Amino acid sequence: MALLEVRDLSVSFSTPDGVVHAVNGLSFDLEPGETLGLVGESGSGKTQTALALMGLLADNGRASGSVKFRDQELLGMSSRELTRVRGSKISMIFQDPISSLNPYLSIGDQLIEVLTHHRSLKRKAARERAVEMLERVRIGDPLARMRQFPHELSGGMCQRIMIAMGLLCQPDLLIADEPTTALDVTVQSQINALMGELSEKSSTAILLITHDLGVVAGLCDRVMVMYAGQEMEMAPVVTLFAEPAHPYTEGLLNSVPRLDRARSGILNAIPGNPPNLLQVPAGCPFSARCRHAWEACRERPAFAEVGPDHYKRCHLERLPEAPPET
Amino acid sequence: MLNYSLKRLASAIPTLFLLITFAFFLIRIAPGGPFDGERALPPDIEANLAAKYHLDEPLPMQYLRYLWQIVRLDFGPSFHYLDWTVNDLIAQGAPVSFTLGGLALLLALAIGIPIGAWAALRQNRPGDYAVMSIAMVGISIPNFVVAPLLILLFAISLGWLPAGGWEFSPSRMVLPVITLALPMIAYIARITRGSMIEVLRSSFIRTARAKGLPEKEILFNHALKPALLPVISYLGPAAAGILTGSVVVERIFTIPGIGSYFVQGALNRDYTLVMGVVILYGILIILFNYLVDLIYAWLDPRIRYDDQEAGA
Repeated sequence: MALLEVRDLSVSFSTPDGVVHAVNGLSFDLEPGETLGLVGESGSGKTQTALALMGLLADNGRASGSVKFRDQELLGMSSRELTRVRGSKISMIFQDPISSLNPYLSIGDQLIEVLTHHRSLKRKAARERAVEMLERVRIGDPLARMRQFPHELSGGMCQRIMIAMGLLCQPDLLIADEPTTALDVTVQSQINALMGELSEKSSTAILLITHDLGVVAGLCDRVMVMYAGQEMEMAPVVTLFAEPAHPYTEGLLNSVPRLDRARSGILNAIPGNPPNLLQVPAGCPFSARCRHAWEACRERPAFAEVGPDHYKRCHLERLPEAPPET
Repeated sequence: MLNYSLKRLASAIPTLFLLITFAFFLIRIAPGGPFDGERALPPDIEANLAAKYHLDEPLPMQYLRYLWQIVRLDFGPSFHYLDWTVNDLIAQGAPVSFTLGGLALLLALAIGIPIGAWAALRQNRPGDYAVMSIAMVGISIPNFVVAPLLILLFAISLGWLPAGGWEFSPSRMVLPVITLALPMIAYIARITRGSMIEVLRSSFIRTARAKGLPEKEILFNHALKPALLPVISYLGPAAAGILTGSVVVERIFTIPGIGSYFVQGALNRDYTLVMGVVILYGILIILFNYLVDLIYAWLDPRIRYDDQEAGA
């Protein structure tokens, strides 16, 4: 049984300009202990998917469809029931670690309250657990850190603390929303290494949201590529990098600068911009930017299996060989 | 912290000195003098009065004399209330004004903050609109309208409370305290609502929700402190204002506070009385702004006034 079953998830926001359809009928499963990468450009609905799972959408947001966590429906759950799941069975870490921590409370207080609330631990016991957890995420001098405030720590340190906070209750699922985007490159790799190590050692499944394909290659078991709030391609990580089946995936892979290829002086990019989500695109959402688009693309393709555990939403039987140099 | 406090105290002295100097010369520039009346006084008497109060001396001389008095904490005799010194007048009126103002301040905080937070949690819903409209009315209606209405209702129609007069008893304080507190409740509620809405949108509140904390805990442990900071900065000058009394409220409820001295002193050209209340007000403003800074440092760990920065 899958840990998380997302079926036909849609997220929309009512704005003064109209209804923005951020996520449109997304479905995927996540197995226990698995690390799934959610990849796509900005605005492809990755973050809103995660927030919808947590019940943390903005006030003007609405989620529909079904999200089952251990056979328990999360959408439409009362906020009281949700507080029992959040932080305890599913936890989430965010993009900007420094502003995600409360600047008015000490690190210790912010860690301890998770345990006193979810595990009904006494403050002293909770403090000990928190210190242990800080050691596990490789924070030096954890006792001193417990007394410090977020502004006294670096971004990388704050993200370690967020990770520690997320893992305090040994959740079944950790949602990491671009955990390294706001950090220096060297710190990024440290945090990624830490996440990889933790996912190997613990049974926690990770939903990793990122636009960094390098991170995906290093950490994930499976990848789902999102575009305009829909799944474009989903495959085990090796398959996706070796045989991308969707033109969008191919475009994403090609736009990663490579040191081992002759330099043409021009960085590859996918031309055009993601569609305006005030309307759900009728056909294939990527067709407007796709080099291979043809008449059939006016109809939305199904998300169909193309190989073992490999799915794509595209009318093309296979990608034409040899992507031309741009 | 001690270091900082001493510095602040030291910087208060030049501020007060400037305040005294400005006030001293400004009141002298105003036309007329303390003993001008409908009927001109005989020249001999006028000369005697001037000599008694040192008004015959050149202005710089009077100024220095006054400074020397102030250093000895002697505000001098009142020019209008004969046989009273300004020290006596303030000593009699200040406890009354401080009591009323202090109670009004506490009442305003106790009601304004919860109302504002409550409205913030119901942002743009009927409850929010209702409360904020009432607050707007509270700010807009001047106290010389509110006070008579309260008297009409509670003193005359219902007969529950006295209409005016003063003694240190709860029944005499209720109406003036409410009158003083109403606009402040409204202000504090609006400030609290605004800052609370902003705080509730911040990332660390989203983190607190993601941690599975119940809304109540989020509100009290995570959101309240930052939401109160703007209220605190409003309170500094507002507290000094409310503690020094209100002419209108003192007039309507016939209360012997110091609020009316501001107006009476100026109208009577009661030089020493004006100086006395101005200096008192100045001291309160300086004191409360200092307190605000201390409370800020206590609430916000990012603010540290000490020289040794609390670094890593």
